Amino acid sequence: MSQNSSEQQPAVKVSPLVLMAIFITLVIAVMALANSLQFYLSGEHEVAMVLLLVGFIGVAAGTYMLFQLRQRLIRLRIELPPITTTIECRKCGFKTVREFQRGDYIFKEVDFCQKCNEKMLITAIYREVREKSKPSFPF
Amino acid sequence: MNIAVMLLTSLAIMQSWLLQVPGELFSLIAWIIFIIMMLISMFYGQRIQLRIWLNEIESSLYKLKYLRDEGRRIAIEAIKEVGKPQTDPTPRVDRFLEYFTIYPQSLDPVGVVWKLEHILDVRDTRFKDEVKLLAPSADETQINNLENTLEAAMALNYIYKVIRHYFLLGKKTLSLYIVMQIQMILPLVMREAEAYASALKAFAYGQPIGDGVGALVAAKLMHGYQIRKVPKDCVVATVPIEGRTAYVIKAEGPGGNVGKPGDAIKTIIEENEGKIANIIMIDAALKLEGEDVGEVADGVGAAIGGPGVDQFKIEETILKYRIPINAVIIKEDIGDAVSPMRREIFEAADKAIERIKQLIVERTKEGDKVIICGVGNTIGIGQ
Repeated sequence: MSQNSSEQQPAVKVSPLVLMAIFITLVIAVMALANSLQFYLSGEHEVAMVLLLVGFIGVAAGTYMLFQLRQRLIRLRIELPPITTTIECRKCGFKTVREFQRGDYIFKEVDFCQKCNEKMLITAIYREVREKSKPSFPF
Repeated sequence: MNIAVMLLTSLAIMQSWLLQVPGELFSLIAWIIFIIMMLISMFYGQRIQLRIWLNEIESSLYKLKYLRDEGRRIAIEAIKEVGKPQTDPTPRVDRFLEYFTIYPQSLDPVGVVWKLEHILDVRDTRFKDEVKLLAPSADETQINNLENTLEAAMALNYIYKVIRHYFLLGKKTLSLYIVMQIQMILPLVMREAEAYASALKAFAYGQPIGDGVGALVAAKLMHGYQIRKVPKDCVVATVPIEGRTAYVIKAEGPGGNVGKPGDAIKTIIEENEGKIANIIMIDAALKLEGEDVGEVADGVGAAIGGPGVDQFKIEETILKYRIPINAVIIKEDIGDAVSPMRREIFEAADKAIERIKQLIVERTKEGDKVIICGVGNTIGIGQ
């Protein structure tokens, strides 16, 4: 039973008008930044500063809007990590680990032991979580 | 295509015009733009902020709707697979998702616990009957698991509807305060919804969940000993620990069940005419951010969550017989509590057993009788 399946994602509509607005904002902002350099080189520092400000504000606004859009477009899914079942022989200690199967539960008697032919017992069912790297702050 | 060409042409014209504009005129234009921006932010700043928040809520609503639909789909699939109903269970599941419970009036708080217990019993019976009708071929364990699956789907449905209500209300009234409240609690709401979503499949497949760690501790202690049933939906085993007699209690597994530990503890105390030296309760508890998952801590008091009926009963009984009560908790967050049990939590069960033994040695004498009660949903945990 595979549990890593990602489920179907819903359709999220993005208006073409919004996309065009973001595109125009970004283009104008980049243009303003390029022009500010030209004005600066030609000695018109005041205009260059204004254009630089407009350019930065435009790039920031465009990036923010794109980021918001991306958040909406992220594929929705229910992440299910693999669940493992540990089966143990209480007599000889022989241990096997396999993927969880429907009907498994802790302390359920299952197959016979390959070594001593005793009934084996499910002793653990859990999932492993890979921790993201710990934050660097000291608390 | 034409629009794109027109756009690029107009941008090129603007670009060449911009380079020819003299400095003074440019400064004037920049000032006018600045003043217009100031005026817009003065009169429409709040409205712009409102729109940004509404957009954020809307994108979360997409996710909540998806989770709600997934919950419904998983519940229906599980019922069809396990219960093998003759008719399509979908309309009945949809009706189930809309069930509600009206809590008792507490203007006069005397006796409210018993009224609440009665309402919860009625709810429980009604849910079980409904699941039996939905899944006629399911056995007792599967009925409990399906009931839990449906309850998780119900919770997702409720969260989605509440957030949608405030979103639409905020949009209709354009009230900053309605929208602001929802936007502020949204991260916590989303965490809870994601936790319920991961619980769905755990319940449907009968996998142990983080909340069941208390039951797991009790199961590890009682495994291999004679077990008998005690009211309600609990089991007890008499286990010798460190020269003492321990009555180990847990909800009856492996189906999704929390039982009524309050009634079980009361029964055991009364069977022993109050001669119990100590009670130790083990439960999962919500950790604070920064604490490690699976951390074990001990203290005093009745470690049991839920609506409070069982805690009330335990406190009443121990007060009557003056029995000391200790608690061992295993820390986890809300997501871990309802999703399949993490390895760290599973391993914490052994640490909790060590702590229990230490408590027994320190707090009781040889020959004493103690009650050890593992609280939590025993789904996927036998005994």
